[in-house]
Amino acid sequence: MYAFAYHKPRSLAEAGELLASHDEARLLAGGMTLLPALKQRLAAPTDLVDLGGLADLVGITVSDSEIAIGAMTTHAAVTRNDAVATKIPALATLAGGIGDPQVRHRGTIGGSICNADPAADYPAGVVALGATIVTDRREIAADDFFTGMFETALEPGEIVRQVRFPIPEAAGYAKFPNPASRYAVVGVFVAKTAGGVRVAVTGAGPSVFRIPAMESALAANFSPDSVTGISVPEGELNNDPHATAAYRAHLIGVMARRAVASARNTSEGEN
Amino acid sequence: MGLMAQPVRRIEDGRFITGRGRYVDDVKMEGAAVGYLLRSPYSHARIRAIDVEAAREAPGVIGIITGADLEAAGVGHLGSAFPASALKNRDGSNRFDGDRALLTTDVVRYVGEPVVFIVATSQNAAKDAGELVVVDYEELPALASIDEAIADGAPLVWPEAPGNIALDWEQGDEAATEAAFATAAHVTSLELVNNRIVVNSMEPRGSAGRYDPATDSYELYATTQGSHPVSDMVARRVLRIPSDKLRVVTPDVGGGFGLKMSTFAEYPLVLIASKQFGVPVKWMSERTEAFLSDSHGRDLKSKAELAFDRDGRIVAYRIKTDFNLGAYGLGFGPGIQSVIPMFVVGGVYKLPVVYNHCRAVFTNTVPVEAYRGAGRPEAAYLLERLMDMASREMGIPQDELRLRNFIPNDELPYHTINGVTIDSGDFPRNLRDCLVNADWAGYPARKAESAGKGLLRGIGLAYYMEKTVGGPTAVEIKFTPNGRVEVGVGTSSHGQGHETAFAQIVADKLGIPMDIIDLNQSDSLRAPYGGGTGGSRSLWNSGNGILKAADNVIAKGAVVAAALLGADVADVSFADGAFQARGSNRYLPILDVAAAARESGKLEGALSESLPDGIDAAGTHEGRGDTFPNGCHICELEIDPETGVVKILAYNVVDDFGFVINPLIVAGQVHGGIAQGIGQALMENCLYEPGSAQLLSGSFMDYTMPRADDLPSFGFAYNEILCTTNPLGIKGCGEAGTVGAAPAVMNAVLDALWEKGVRHVDMPMTPLRVWEALRAAA
Amino acid sequence: MVDSVKVAFSVNGKAVTAEVEPRTLLVTFLREHLGLTGTHVGCDTSQCGACCVHLDGRSVKSCTILTAQADGAAITTIEGLGTPENLHPMQQAFNENHGLQCGFCTPGMIMSATDFAARNPDPAEHEVREWLEGNICRCTGYHNIVKSVQAGARAMAQG
Repeated sequence: MYAFAYHKPRSLAEAGELLASHDEARLLAGGMTLLPALKQRLAAPTDLVDLGGLADLVGITVSDSEIAIGAMTTHAAVTRNDAVATKIPALATLAGGIGDPQVRHRGTIGGSICNADPAADYPAGVVALGATIVTDRREIAADDFFTGMFETALEPGEIVRQVRFPIPEAAGYAKFPNPASRYAVVGVFVAKTAGGVRVAVTGAGPSVFRIPAMESALAANFSPDSVTGISVPEGELNNDPHATAAYRAHLIGVMARRAVASARNTSEGEN
Repeated sequence: MGLMAQPVRRIEDGRFITGRGRYVDDVKMEGAAVGYLLRSPYSHARIRAIDVEAAREAPGVIGIITGADLEAAGVGHLGSAFPASALKNRDGSNRFDGDRALLTTDVVRYVGEPVVFIVATSQNAAKDAGELVVVDYEELPALASIDEAIADGAPLVWPEAPGNIALDWEQGDEAATEAAFATAAHVTSLELVNNRIVVNSMEPRGSAGRYDPATDSYELYATTQGSHPVSDMVARRVLRIPSDKLRVVTPDVGGGFGLKMSTFAEYPLVLIASKQFGVPVKWMSERTEAFLSDSHGRDLKSKAELAFDRDGRIVAYRIKTDFNLGAYGLGFGPGIQSVIPMFVVGGVYKLPVVYNHCRAVFTNTVPVEAYRGAGRPEAAYLLERLMDMASREMGIPQDELRLRNFIPNDELPYHTINGVTIDSGDFPRNLRDCLVNADWAGYPARKAESAGKGLLRGIGLAYYMEKTVGGPTAVEIKFTPNGRVEVGVGTSSHGQGHETAFAQIVADKLGIPMDIIDLNQSDSLRAPYGGGTGGSRSLWNSGNGILKAADNVIAKGAVVAAALLGADVADVSFADGAFQARGSNRYLPILDVAAAARESGKLEGALSESLPDGIDAAGTHEGRGDTFPNGCHICELEIDPETGVVKILAYNVVDDFGFVINPLIVAGQVHGGIAQGIGQALMENCLYEPGSAQLLSGSFMDYTMPRADDLPSFGFAYNEILCTTNPLGIKGCGEAGTVGAAPAVMNAVLDALWEKGVRHVDMPMTPLRVWEALRAAA
Repeated sequence: MVDSVKVAFSVNGKAVTAEVEPRTLLVTFLREHLGLTGTHVGCDTSQCGACCVHLDGRSVKSCTILTAQADGAAITTIEGLGTPENLHPMQQAFNENHGLQCGFCTPGMIMSATDFAARNPDPAEHEVREWLEGNICRCTGYHNIVKSVQAGARAMAQG
């Protein structure tokens, strides 16, 4: 790694000040993405600002209508949380499929969404559930947050504090993992709320995207067969040795069906 | 109860399970600096200039070595494992291996080729300095694959190798083969790819070297599969010093699989640097570096054909193979797909005539060397894919076709047409046992059950034969002054459990406890000379050698015991660890006899003078290391047609390893070999970008290593058909799992996809490839 | 520009204080500063698991943690789990069931397994295989590792 200075602020405000005063500084959350990049010398921040000391950013709070997850909450904590497991089990499934157990003990939701890797899992869940990203400056709607490959709507120095997930009527997540990296080749998150259905796809394109045609079909009839025959144009999809665009297009349909089936199973299980 | 044929728990585990293993990276040399290699980012380029001046001045840099420095100092180049005469072109001319300096001076021929060696106080300092080195490269056209290299008008990796052919080789009877094919009742023909593998032992390679000016000698710790071959290459060829001026020590090694048999540039480089800069130097490969700097495995394309008579009996076999050497053909490379597969070309079948024509091809890729099985898995893959397809084409059931072609038991020992003699076996028994264990008969019902769930089930069979490869080296048994027994061997355990298996043999033979036995291996100055461990030879070589050495120990012991008992040597016998004289009930434990032989005064003068080493003795099991492990693999799997994912449901193997000394260790070897075969068949693929020859699968993020959730548990069973050509009766098991697995898995995949119209499958059958095959057939 | 960082934590029950370069990885600190070489480095993409240790009771990959991030934590390495004279039941299970060959992945495998077993006293085969997603072995084919983990978990539950 290149050398850097290390800071461990004791408050969010202090973290913001550090970012403001060092323009090549980077935030360090779980480190599961940043540290490997630094080890490969793919990035050269002058300063790392470790958010690990900010207890306020850790934790899961539950109300009747939503679950709020602190930005520094680990994937393991999300997947093991009783409220998440009962109220949004698809989110527990999603978090439980990220990386491996040791990665899940360190990786955080804040780190994941801020990095906005096109193959990360959380973007699909955040967008499909219509979550709200709460920063130290404002609130950003999920649909506005992911703006491109490794790009978000965050302003320089802006820090994510929490992600608030409305509790859906039913939700499901189905992921086809890259056999080597276990990142999402295609991950489809489907959520049904009183307001309709949202379908978000990660892994397949440069950034997470929704499929309006599937959403309206599912709103009319929330069953796996509703998405049969609805396809995404291959031209916009990622192509790599593990998965061609055509394969991804096919998998989107398969995973969408499976996500809907899963959503129905868990909601029927509850009823 | 004796120790032989017992699942004795491994002695060496104690240090490994508590984190007290000592691998090269754990070796601490006082004041050691870090060695770091700057490697070529281009796959083919001329080096116009190398400027290290700025790098030399960088903080923490102790020194820098370039290829030009080494040439000026007269440092030798790396050499080949096969003398020219052993492997010639079919027109009688010499093959061309390429010429390999430790650091190239003029042309880089693959991405990752070492160019500059930087020695610094830390890894980071070395990397920082590396970024200051300026190499003026002039890019040249590159060849990423066999197809690109053999295309008309392709540029040359080596001007000395026209058409990029390093070796054009044949074996067999071309005319007789052609004649047999011309009149055959049926011909089965397949074009198959054997995909490139990155070995990826969990411990990367490394070396730590120290020069001692007081004695003008060197000490090298390295990740090897045998210290002596590395010492030979480094001392004699590269440094051009007497062998006794170099001590190569191989400590604990985290897996080899053939990779660590070779001598790599980084091993002599740390020694040269240590001498030049006056500090010990350690180099450890990082993983992404390993992808570029280790040797790779496999990578060949074949057209293979079997000719049959009307009864489904093989009448001839014809093979044409092009295999990828990579950029250099040194080490074992040229032999692995030529001579070695021919040892087992017909497997356990009666094969009247064969013709094999193969060509070694240069490309701008990492050199290809031995990978577990080294030629035998490749041979078994062709043969068993052909047998499977022939069974389908001729409508003869899979098991029946094998049974018809097996060498009958009453024809063993059997002299094959390619010059080896298969001494023993009971092929039908292994096959039938495996069919039972796999419930082959019940398969149709299970297939229907899968179909009911929308899944495609397949079952595949492969009968393999292995030939172990190796030559004899000495074993020494020494009784130490502190009451322990040291067994010196020429082999080099790196996970195979020799400390335990060999101790079992010694303890059993000499009647002493296992826990006083120490293994002395793989130290070029302090352990017996040997070829190390590879080719599944170690039990044959050292195991039988222990018997010889032990016999010599007992013979010497009897002389001493006779003197101590006041008896005639002829009346002294040895049993249960002690010597006894006929007609007396006095007995002398062997450890006491050993101690007495050391102490003067206990024995009469002439006797003690004639035994300067007490009853220590050496022995060598002579002969060729030919043993023929063989067995049946059956793989059953299920394919999800929606995604192409292949899930192995059951895997059964019945092997013949002759006499099994430690069934626990043998089973472990088979499990690991099967896992590698499955990995190659379904997951692993080392990919180079066409045209640029840039490595695309350069880390575990892109190269799929089998994980626990990719694999099933294995049903392993064995029949002991004793080998008749060595006293222990053993057949070497180290690589056998890899030899049989890939064809069994691929036959099962084809079976699953057959009903959907798929007729051709190549490794690896990743989910993408399965899906594409189904789509193409639909 | 390179500041150093003061850290204080416990390793295998012993208090440790140090001043390190911020970029010092925890695995480097353990191996080189403390001489605890049982924790191994097998890759550089945080996948192989040879570097696995426990941090505040949870298995983590020490190659992907800065020493600075471990400040205040309790760390256990393979050396702290048990000794040849006094083996942890999971270590014992790996020996009993031939769960290792070359031994390089073994410390990480055992540290990962003990974390899993603490909450899974009688795991099914598939549960073990799923948990071990972050631990790569090239020697054993995992068959005996799975058996070792199952046996070790049961032994831990009894002990």
